Amino acid sequence: MAAVKFEQAMARLEVIVGELEKNDLPLDESLKIFEEGIRLSKNCLKILEEAEHKVEVLVQDKNGKKRIHAYTPDGEADELSS
Amino acid sequence: MTGLLRTSIEEQFSDIWLEGELSNLRAPGSGHVYCTLKDKTSQIRAVLFRSSAVRLRFSLQEGLHVLVRGRLTVYEPRGEYQIVLDRVEPKGIGALQLAFEQLKERLATEGLFDQERKQAIPVFPRTVGVVTSLTGAAIRDILAVLRRRWPTLHILIAPVQVQGESAGRQIAEALTALNELDSVDVIIVGRGGGSLEDLWSFNEEIVVRAIAASHIPVVSAVGHEVDVTLADFVADFRAPTPSAAAETVVPVLAEIVERVRELQVRVGQVMLQHCATERQRLEASIRGVTDIRFRLQEASQRTDDMVDRLREMVQQLLTSGRERVHEVQRDLSGLNPILAIKQGLVTIPQFSKRLEGYMGVLLAQHRHRTHAMLAQLNTLSPLAVLGRGYSILHTVPSGQILRRAHDVEVGQELEARLASGRLSCLVTRVFDDSSV
Repeated sequence: MAAVKFEQAMARLEVIVGELEKNDLPLDESLKIFEEGIRLSKNCLKILEEAEHKVEVLVQDKNGKKRIHAYTPDGEADELSS
Repeated sequence: MTGLLRTSIEEQFSDIWLEGELSNLRAPGSGHVYCTLKDKTSQIRAVLFRSSAVRLRFSLQEGLHVLVRGRLTVYEPRGEYQIVLDRVEPKGIGALQLAFEQLKERLATEGLFDQERKQAIPVFPRTVGVVTSLTGAAIRDILAVLRRRWPTLHILIAPVQVQGESAGRQIAEALTALNELDSVDVIIVGRGGGSLEDLWSFNEEIVVRAIAASHIPVVSAVGHEVDVTLADFVADFRAPTPSAAAETVVPVLAEIVERVRELQVRVGQVMLQHCATERQRLEASIRGVTDIRFRLQEASQRTDDMVDRLREMVQQLLTSGRERVHEVQRDLSGLNPILAIKQGLVTIPQFSKRLEGYMGVLLAQHRHRTHAMLAQLNTLSPLAVLGRGYSILHTVPSGQILRRAHDVEVGQELEARLASGRLSCLVTRVFDDSSV
């Protein structure tokens, strides 16, 4: 969901810059989309900074119950290969 | 006898290899497969029992050229001998290759590989699911690339065996499990390179169907570039290698941050420029307004001047006009008829008196002259001549006075007027002057 929102925000931001650079909007319209552009760019940067920054492993135990735990390259490999 | 033959045949032909074409294929509900194996000159009945049939990776088809291994036996109810197959290999092409081609064709017919089914790979995934083995090279490659490109990415690994008996089922289950989570934006499914046998799980129908069923876009990454599996056909995007798959699913975070910053700056710059232009325009407008005010003041001053001048002119006009009126009045007063009348009233009686006097004198003079003229007239009157003995002879009734004798005829009546009274005369004779 967030990915889609970010994609849309980026696309909109590109459109806004294009619109502003065309320079054929009345000042109040420009101001409106300028504010939107600034808001979008801040949101985009926020989303980029907010990313979760983690690697997890989805496993199913013997009862078929799913668990998610952190990934540790060697430990996990050992545990699962056994 | 049949029993004896059977024992004998089974002992002699317990493990034989045959080559031929499949025909008369029958697969009833029991799961056993019956067919005839034949070449150009001969044929033999064959049976593949269910336990062996399920191990086949490809499906038996009419006309398929095969190499088979089995044992001969006799089917006693019919007294026919037949070969009980335990291995069937396609001739000229590997069993796996054949299975691959067969399944590919079947699934293609179903439309599973259609381009219209493909989902778009998200440009900015937040969470990437990875279905692969935790022990292989693939996961290390994928993690390395994902972390390098997008260090803050959320990666969720669904560990599976990528070869062996249960690999296909595990891969399918992992795909289903990731789909159930509803937080994954894109899935990479794959493994490192290996033989066709090693990569076989990615050709299994259960895997192909699980990929097709995934509502999360799937990127396949199986083996090396030259390896093509059915998973590659059905996936929304086929990456040639696991590393390439990782590069496909995420952009470089630093570049995106840079892009957002750049856009942010551009928005600001453009807006600033826009504002500056507008400000210049506004200033120009203000200058224009000021100009107009000056011009207005000037105009109003000019107007004042003109009004003053007009007022003066009007004043002058009025003054001269008034003077002219006085003049005219003066002129007019000289022509006033009342004065003339008044004067007339005085002079007219004087005139009439003078006229009366004058007229009296005139009358007296005329009266006198008239009397004189009457006396004179009296002396000249023919009547006065008559008094002196003359008479006037005139015709009757025309009254023409006669001056010559031959103006009358004999017998004509004439009248003679005397000083007193008249005579009626009759002409008896007319005489000429010469005849006197």
